[in-house]
Amino acid sequence: MLILGALILIVFIISMNTGYIRLSPAVLIRTLFGAGSDKESLILFDFRLPRIVISILIGAGLAVSGCIMQGISRNALADPGILGINAGAGLMVTLFISFFSATSTSSIFLLPILALLGGGATALLILVLAHRPHQPLSSTRLLLTGIAVAAGLSAAMLVLTLRLNPDQYQFVATWLAGSIWGTNWKFVLSLLPWILILLPYVIYKARVLNVLRLGESMATGLGASVSREQLKLLFAAVGLAASCVAVSGGIGFVGLIGPHLGRRLVGSRHQLLIPVSALIGALLVITGDTLGRWILQPSEIPTGIVVAVIGAPYFLYLLSRTKE
Amino acid sequence: MINPSHQERPGKIQTPPISSRPWAGAFIIMAGIVALLLGIGLSVSYGAADIPLATVWNSVLHFNAELTQHQIIHDIRMPRVLGGALVGACFAVAGAIMQGMTRNPLADSGLLGLNAGAAFALAICFALYPGLSYTYLIVISFLGAGLGAGLVYGFGSFSKGGLTPARLVLAGAAVSALLAALSEGVALYYQIGQDLAFWYAGGVAGTKWQELKVLFPLVGAAILVAIVISRSITLLSLGDDVARGLGLRTGWIKTIGMLVVLLLAGVAVSVVGAVGFVGLIIPHLTRYLVGVDYRWIIPCSAILGSLLVVLADLAARLVNPPFETPIGALIALVGVPFFLFLALKERREL
Repeated sequence: MLILGALILIVFIISMNTGYIRLSPAVLIRTLFGAGSDKESLILFDFRLPRIVISILIGAGLAVSGCIMQGISRNALADPGILGINAGAGLMVTLFISFFSATSTSSIFLLPILALLGGGATALLILVLAHRPHQPLSSTRLLLTGIAVAAGLSAAMLVLTLRLNPDQYQFVATWLAGSIWGTNWKFVLSLLPWILILLPYVIYKARVLNVLRLGESMATGLGASVSREQLKLLFAAVGLAASCVAVSGGIGFVGLIGPHLGRRLVGSRHQLLIPVSALIGALLVITGDTLGRWILQPSEIPTGIVVAVIGAPYFLYLLSRTKE
Repeated sequence: MINPSHQERPGKIQTPPISSRPWAGAFIIMAGIVALLLGIGLSVSYGAADIPLATVWNSVLHFNAELTQHQIIHDIRMPRVLGGALVGACFAVAGAIMQGMTRNPLADSGLLGLNAGAAFALAICFALYPGLSYTYLIVISFLGAGLGAGLVYGFGSFSKGGLTPARLVLAGAAVSALLAALSEGVALYYQIGQDLAFWYAGGVAGTKWQELKVLFPLVGAAILVAIVISRSITLLSLGDDVARGLGLRTGWIKTIGMLVVLLLAGVAVSVVGAVGFVGLIIPHLTRYLVGVDYRWIIPCSAILGSLLVVLADLAARLVNPPFETPIGALIALVGVPFFLFLALKERREL
C-alpha cells in the first residue's frame, strides 16, 4: 500500500512536470504553496492538476469496477470495457451531445447520470441475454454477449456521430479514443461524489464479495442472498464505470489489470484487494496519461491508446493462463 | 462447373446425418446472380443523382463519353458497386473456409483479428510510404492479416485447455483492440488520421478501375482455389480424424486454405476497411439453405456475400442522404444479433 502510494506520488510529480511548458521541481513546490508567478499557477492549477486528479479518480473507479465484476462473475477476464458497459455509457453520452452542448456546467453534472443510465441498461440487456433459466450464470456466455453487445453499440454510435456537426464530431471522436478531456475542476467535482460514495460502499461489501467468490451454492449455504447481493454490487460496479466513462471516454483494460495485479500483491481477500486495486488503477491511468503527453510532445496520444497497448497483451497472457 | 451428386462413395462415414441440397444450391447460384445484377443496377442508378435504369443499361452497352450520366456511371458508380460485390464475396468465402476448417461456428475474419491486422499494416503503409502502388498495398494487407491471425492463434493455442471457440473470440477481441490502438497511435503520430478515417468510413466509395483490375484476377483465383479444395474442406468439417482416415492430407489443405483466407481478408480490408460480420452471417445462412457440402457452400457464399455488401452499400447511401453511413456499422447492426443467437444457442458450454 505504502509503496503504491509512493509510486503514485512520484508519477504525480513527474506528471506535473510533463507538458509543453516544463516546470522545474523547485518552481512546482513554490507554485503549490502559492508563491509561483501567475503563469505558473495557471498552468498548474487550471490545467495540470485537475487532469491528474481526474486520472487518479478514473483509474481507481475503473479498477474497482472491474474488481467487482470479476468477483461477481468469478471470471478473471471480466472488465467494464469487455462487458460492453463502457459502450453503453458512451452511446448515451453521444446521444446527449448530439442534441445539447457538452461543456455547459449543468450538462457536466448530467453526463455521469446519463452514462449510468446507458451503462445500467446495457448491463441489464447483457444479463437478460446471457441468462438461462435453472442454470448458474455462465461467465463465458456473459463475456461473449458483452463483446457482441459492445460491437453493436459501437456501430450505433458510429452512425450517430456522422450526424454531428464538425465541432461536435471532433469532441466525440477525441472522447471515444479515451482521452481525458475534462480538464477542469468542474469535472473533478462531478466525478468525486460517485467515487466517494461508491468506493466506501464497495469496501463495506467486501465480505460479501469474498463469500460470492466461493460459488453460488456455497454462498447460499453461508447465508448470503446471492442474486440480490449480486445485483447491488453490479449496480455499484456499473455506477463506477459509467461515471468514469462519462468523463474519460473508453479507457479499456484498467478494470482488468488493476484487480489482477492486486491479487498478485495481496491475495484475494476483498477487504485489502479493493483499495489496492484502486491504487493500481490510479497508477496505471496517471502513468498512461503522462506517457501519452510525453511521447509525442507537443501532440498528445489519448490515454486510452496507451493503456490498451499495455493492457491488451496482458489480457492475452491471462487468457492463455486461465482454464475455462 | 460442379456436378451435384447426392450419394457418392457408399460406405462414407455418416458422423452426423449429412444433408446436401444441390438443387437449392443451383437455384441460389442462378437466382443469386440475377438478384446481384439487379442490385448492381439499382445501386448504380440510385445516389446523389438518380439515373434511370435504361440509361445504366445503355451506358454499359453503348458507352458514350460525351454524356455526363455515362461518365458518372462509368467513372464513379460502376467501380464502386463492383468493388462492393468483390469485397462481399471475399469476406463471405473467407468466413466459410475458416468455419469449415476450424469447425468453429464463430469464425469470421473480423472476430479473429485478421481485419484489424490488415488495417494496422495499411496504416503503417500510409504513414511511411504514402503513394505505394496498389499491388504493394495488397501484399502488405495480406501480411497484416497474417500477423493478426498469427497473434490470435498463437495466444489461443498456447493456452491451457486448447482452442475453444469462445477463447478464440476473446483473444480476437483483445488482439483487435491492441492493433486498433496501435493503428490509432501511428495515425496520430504521422497525422494521417483524416486519411485513415476517410478510408475506414468511406466504405467502397472511391474504388477505381485500376484497383479493380488488380483485384479481380486475384480474388477470382483465390475463390477458384477455394472451390477446388472445397471437397477437402467438407471432409475437414467432419473433424480432423475423419478427414485423415479418409486419406486427406490435412496439413496441406489447411495451409492452402489459410493462405486463401488471408489473401481474401487482406484484399477486402484494403478496399473497404475493417468490416466485420459478413463472413460470420453469410456462411451460416448458406449452410442453412444448401446443406453441408462446401462445394456448394463456397460459391453460394460468394454470391450471397456480394449481394449483402452491395445492398448494404445501397442502404448506406439511402439512410441518411446526402451523408453516407459506414457500411461496417450497418452490417454490424444486423450481425450482432446474429452473433448473439449463435453464441448463446450452444447448449453446452462453449
